[in-house]
Amino acid sequence: MMKWLKANWFYLIVLVIALVVPFAITNRYYSQVITMSCLFAIGALSLNLIMGYTGQASLAHGGFFAIGAYGVAILTSTLGWNFWLALPAAAMISAFVGFLVGMPALRTRGAYFAITTMCLGEIFYLVAGNWIELTGGYNGIVGIPVPSSIVVPGLGQITFDSQISQYYLVLFFLLLTLFVMHRLVKSLKGLTFMSIRNNEDLAEAVGINTFRTKLLSFVVANFFAALAGGLYASLIGSISPSVASIAMTFNFLMYALLGGIATLAGPIVGAFVMPILMEYMQFLQDYQMILFGVLLIIVIIYFPRGFMGLFTTLRDKLKKTKVGA
Amino acid sequence: MLLKGENLVKSFGGTIAVNDVTFEVNEGEILSIIGPNGAGKSVLFSLISGAGKPTSGSIKFAGEEIAGLSANQISRKGIARTFQLTALFDQLQVVHNLALGYQKKAQNGFWGTLFHSPRYNSDKKAMETKILEMLEFLGLGAKAFDFVSTLSQGEQRLLSIGIALISDPKLILFDEPTGGLIQEDTELITQLIRKINKKGVTVCLIEHKMRMIMDLADRIVVLNYGKKIAEGKPADVAADPQVIEAYLGRKKDA
Repeated sequence: MMKWLKANWFYLIVLVIALVVPFAITNRYYSQVITMSCLFAIGALSLNLIMGYTGQASLAHGGFFAIGAYGVAILTSTLGWNFWLALPAAAMISAFVGFLVGMPALRTRGAYFAITTMCLGEIFYLVAGNWIELTGGYNGIVGIPVPSSIVVPGLGQITFDSQISQYYLVLFFLLLTLFVMHRLVKSLKGLTFMSIRNNEDLAEAVGINTFRTKLLSFVVANFFAALAGGLYASLIGSISPSVASIAMTFNFLMYALLGGIATLAGPIVGAFVMPILMEYMQFLQDYQMILFGVLLIIVIIYFPRGFMGLFTTLRDKLKKTKVGA
Repeated sequence: MLLKGENLVKSFGGTIAVNDVTFEVNEGEILSIIGPNGAGKSVLFSLISGAGKPTSGSIKFAGEEIAGLSANQISRKGIARTFQLTALFDQLQVVHNLALGYQKKAQNGFWGTLFHSPRYNSDKKAMETKILEMLEFLGLGAKAFDFVSTLSQGEQRLLSIGIALISDPKLILFDEPTGGLIQEDTELITQLIRKINKKGVTVCLIEHKMRMIMDLADRIVVLNYGKKIAEGKPADVAADPQVIEAYLGRKKDA
């Protein structure tokens, strides 16, 4: 137990902070930003699985986020389903679509896969904008209900009207995502993902069915992307085709890259730090994006593992000086 | 006989890299495939290991047709290979490389991994034991958690053999296992191959260092321009006039 505490005290503190943060931050705007950061962290974490660990740059991630968002929106507001049925259903639909399109798309490698998925994302965007009966066209869907309340035996009914309850809802799904990613990545399965990123031919030669492994990673990533999308639709209350846009994909990508790709904490850190940075750079207006471009280039060249890479390098250096002294 | 290739042909457009080659690998032996550059040795290996599909002909492994299967299917049947240029997962640690070599033996399904099923846990234990054994066998114990990129050339070569060996294959294909290594490492690898063969693993290797082959191989198959021109015991092959002309003649003491 003590050993476990010693190894994990840092994560425990982060968890405690995450649990008490809504009581410390009462400003409505900031608490909304934090909830959204948690939500986008789910999207960035799932992109990290297919892109960071498996090495397949999927640029259709926003598209799968949108499948979750539209799925929940249509199932709850148009068809009147319960949110708790609609959310897993939308995520399953996204996973299934991922399976179908992954079959041909994952046969391409490297830049070709990126191009294929980018086109795919564009198709999702066009479908969302033009299938008016289903998606409401470019006006989107409004009046999506908040998540249905749940009854917990002994605790009574939990509703999701308040910001605090919404925060805990998203935090729950973020922790769930993190748990699944952790289990996958820190296992032999995760190693097979990384082996494909590293050397696909050798992976095939040691007996890994690389195609099926990539497909699994893609399907799981798309499941969680849609989970984030579904939560987004329900919490924001309205969606438009912009959720399927390439800009959405690039947001996830930027969170993962700047936070630290192929690390578990990186995408979460990125999803929290980036919106704050953006907030403080509001005054730069249009020049803001130029600055981000430069920042991204600097990070990719000098800190290929993002903030987390910087963090671990510093920690290792500190350890070394301690040992030295 | 463990492996039998019959009338194997591989052509790339108009070029015939392997031309009607028939050969056998007997259980427990060390068979060496030699031949000048461009003789089709590596192509033959890629046909056996599934990295390439034969244009025509058949390959039987333990009586079962394997020609045309994918590389991962053939690997799962018990044929492991190493590559001419050392191929490793260079972003990962030594133990991870070995784990990946072993993975086809372990159950690592999605749900088992997610919920740490009893089977997952017991397989993980078995894998860890196996990795420790292999580290000791290779003499890489002290480097277990080092990243591959920090290893020396010789150590990397050792590890690439370890990745192939750890899944207990019936047959290992070595593509120039000592190519580009210094004398000291060459001897180390040669001894290792002998040790692997003594454990009951059938070995098939491509090699250029003639002296080493004469000493190591039980039998030799000689290829030239994609055709088999000789086959037999090292001494007989070395005396074959066709071989001398094609290969040894130019540089007898190479």
